[in-house]
Amino acid sequence: MTSSTGPFIAAIDQGTTSSRCIVFDRDGRIVAVDQKEHEQIFPKPGWVEHDATEIWTNVQEVVAGAIAKAEITSADVKAIGITNQRETTVLWDKNTGEPVHNALVWQDTRTDALCKELGRNVGQDRFRRETGLPLASYFAGPKVRWLLDNVEGLRERAEAGDILFGTMDSWVIWNLTGGVQGGVHVTDVTNASRTMLMNLHTLAWDERIAESMDVPLAVLPEIRSSAEVYGHVKDGVLAGVPVASALGDQQAALFGQTCFSEGEAKSTYGTGTFMLMNTGDKIINSYSGLLTTVGYQIGDQKPVYALEGSIAVTGSLVQWMRDQMGLIKSAAEIETLASSVEDNGGAYFVPAFSGLFAPYWRADARGVIAGLTRYVTKAHIARAVLEATAWQTREITDAMTKDSGVELAALKVDGGMTSNNLLMQTLSDFLDAPVVRPMVAETTCLGAAYAAGLAVGFWPDTDALRANWRRAAEWTPRMPAEQRDREYKNWLKAVERSMGWIDEENAG
Amino acid sequence: MARNIQSLERAAAMLRLLAGGERRLGLSDIASSLGLAKGTAHGILRTLQAEGFVEQDAASGRYQLGAELLRLGNSYLDVHELRARALVWTDDLARASGESVYVGVLHKSGVLIMHHVFRPDDSRQVLEVGAMQPLHSTALGKVLSAYDPVAHTEAVEAEREAFTPRTVTDPAGFEEVLDLTRARGWAADVEETWEGIASVAAPIHDRRRMPVGAVAVAGAVERVCGDGGEPRAALVASVRDCARAVSRDLGAGRF
Repeated sequence: MTSSTGPFIAAIDQGTTSSRCIVFDRDGRIVAVDQKEHEQIFPKPGWVEHDATEIWTNVQEVVAGAIAKAEITSADVKAIGITNQRETTVLWDKNTGEPVHNALVWQDTRTDALCKELGRNVGQDRFRRETGLPLASYFAGPKVRWLLDNVEGLRERAEAGDILFGTMDSWVIWNLTGGVQGGVHVTDVTNASRTMLMNLHTLAWDERIAESMDVPLAVLPEIRSSAEVYGHVKDGVLAGVPVASALGDQQAALFGQTCFSEGEAKSTYGTGTFMLMNTGDKIINSYSGLLTTVGYQIGDQKPVYALEGSIAVTGSLVQWMRDQMGLIKSAAEIETLASSVEDNGGAYFVPAFSGLFAPYWRADARGVIAGLTRYVTKAHIARAVLEATAWQTREITDAMTKDSGVELAALKVDGGMTSNNLLMQTLSDFLDAPVVRPMVAETTCLGAAYAAGLAVGFWPDTDALRANWRRAAEWTPRMPAEQRDREYKNWLKAVERSMGWIDEENAG
Repeated sequence: MARNIQSLERAAAMLRLLAGGERRLGLSDIASSLGLAKGTAHGILRTLQAEGFVEQDAASGRYQLGAELLRLGNSYLDVHELRARALVWTDDLARASGESVYVGVLHKSGVLIMHHVFRPDDSRQVLEVGAMQPLHSTALGKVLSAYDPVAHTEAVEAEREAFTPRTVTDPAGFEEVLDLTRARGWAADVEETWEGIASVAAPIHDRRRMPVGAVAVAGAVERVCGDGGEPRAALVASVRDCARAVSRDLGAGRF
């Protein structure tokens, strides 16, 4: 390969299973990568924790590792950006720098009961108008409350001003910029929008909600934009480099996919799928079960909002076919098996393993395979598995169109499942829109690098970033409209049959 | 009538014996079951062990079937696995070269395009995944014919159509092209399939050095080739680097 010449931008991706650091050049090409996994701690069923100290150690290691692999020094790095697993919550002592408890990970469901209680007589939409979010265990605010209630003496220390709260962006930035020796305690608008404590309209902490949740304002970080210099790296190989961006991982992917215009959307296909659509300066209240969130904010410019829809089971359904059913040996083989037949043979697979999520939100649903006849083979089921991901995407895009009034022009995709050609074609057929894969698969890190680069003038504006974007592949719809409509109707019938499986008292 | 090779017959009998009922057998059990002298049986077992078809339990000294036998039955590499592994490397190749990238595998008597990365400009391009290309004239086809004996037979036995005046169709000339491909480790197609188009390809190997596919860069002949009409050295190096990177990935994670 042609070797890149500096200067460079570094990005840290503090993710759910690992921390990574990637060095990018001015064209947005990857120069070096380093990665390290951290321990997943499961103290009880439904509880998931991370050791924040281990994560900080890993972050320092991968930064040093990536810089070493790139064979560069801090002088070649113009800025460093952060992207992170969203909502994961850590509280630490600002005098010692020690976390007071393991971080509560976004998947952790220990705050389920607390969320129900916080809904009082209104229910899960009590804070939706202000925060864009339903009361659900993912979000950080109730996690802070749980820690304050359950770690002995913590509330007193918090009220005395000794305790700091952060999502992983805040934790990493505070440590990078010096920790107990003057570390800055900040978060960005995208991460703050996942706490249930920030008002989307003012981009400030909502005192009334904080009070309702019993979270003292003293622990909260300062809310800043996603792209500005928060401070400088204090120690290590990048000492002196500006820390210049923070974005939640899905928002970073939106930024990395250069979805800078209203109506542009990206979908990331992993074990689950996250789709975000840029809605410009409009805060769109969803009546279809989508989340309203901040997409990004560059410096002192106006914030850009987004609608978000997530699908719980996509890649994990393929893994289930491999690990639980043993029908395939590797995830990639699903395409081989599915391609051996022309269609689904009449079978539809609704993977409502833990209920239906957006846009239905039915906890009483469970998975079904509908339309079975003697004719159906494992190959038809494999096809139905891929179609399930495509139809679920269609349902999210339909909900987005309904809420926003904006038709989807094209869908930008990333994530592991984009290597599945049949899935990508099916997606385009079902959406009746082009599906486009960019040339850099690492859109999350790229988004953080782009935001940091904008903040320090490494790239002049978002147009320059768009110019870096390269189309690696594009799938266009080939399915006749009447076939698509007929198939969609069948899918919706199958979805209906998944509902009401669990008796109400056991649902949830 | 030709006689069968006795030691191979005995080796086959041993494998059948180890595959039946009791899984682990000692040397004397094997020797007496097959009516062989211990020394003869040991010699065959040692050879099978060296090939990985038989393993010896360290504690008991007994023999059992080896992992290599399982691999024989599983050796088929899924083409979609190949695409998943090739994705990042081929993206980077397209970016570095500024040209389209293709990954092809042998299918029937041609090259099946199973992965395609667009040329990184903003022009309108159509995904060519699923298209077939000829074996004898394209860079991908030449690489497959040079390294995969099945592809070689297909290419030699088929009628080699002259798509352009530069297409090599005569048997001796074609074999020379393949010899050159093996010697250099890459193949070129300079306007031998399509006027104005040149491509460069290199082989992708799995962990046992079996050729499983080929990766190619293709573009306008004036960009792909230098003044001498040969593909540019830097481009050839990029293609070979990419093929090696994919091969390395296949070797690390296949089993």
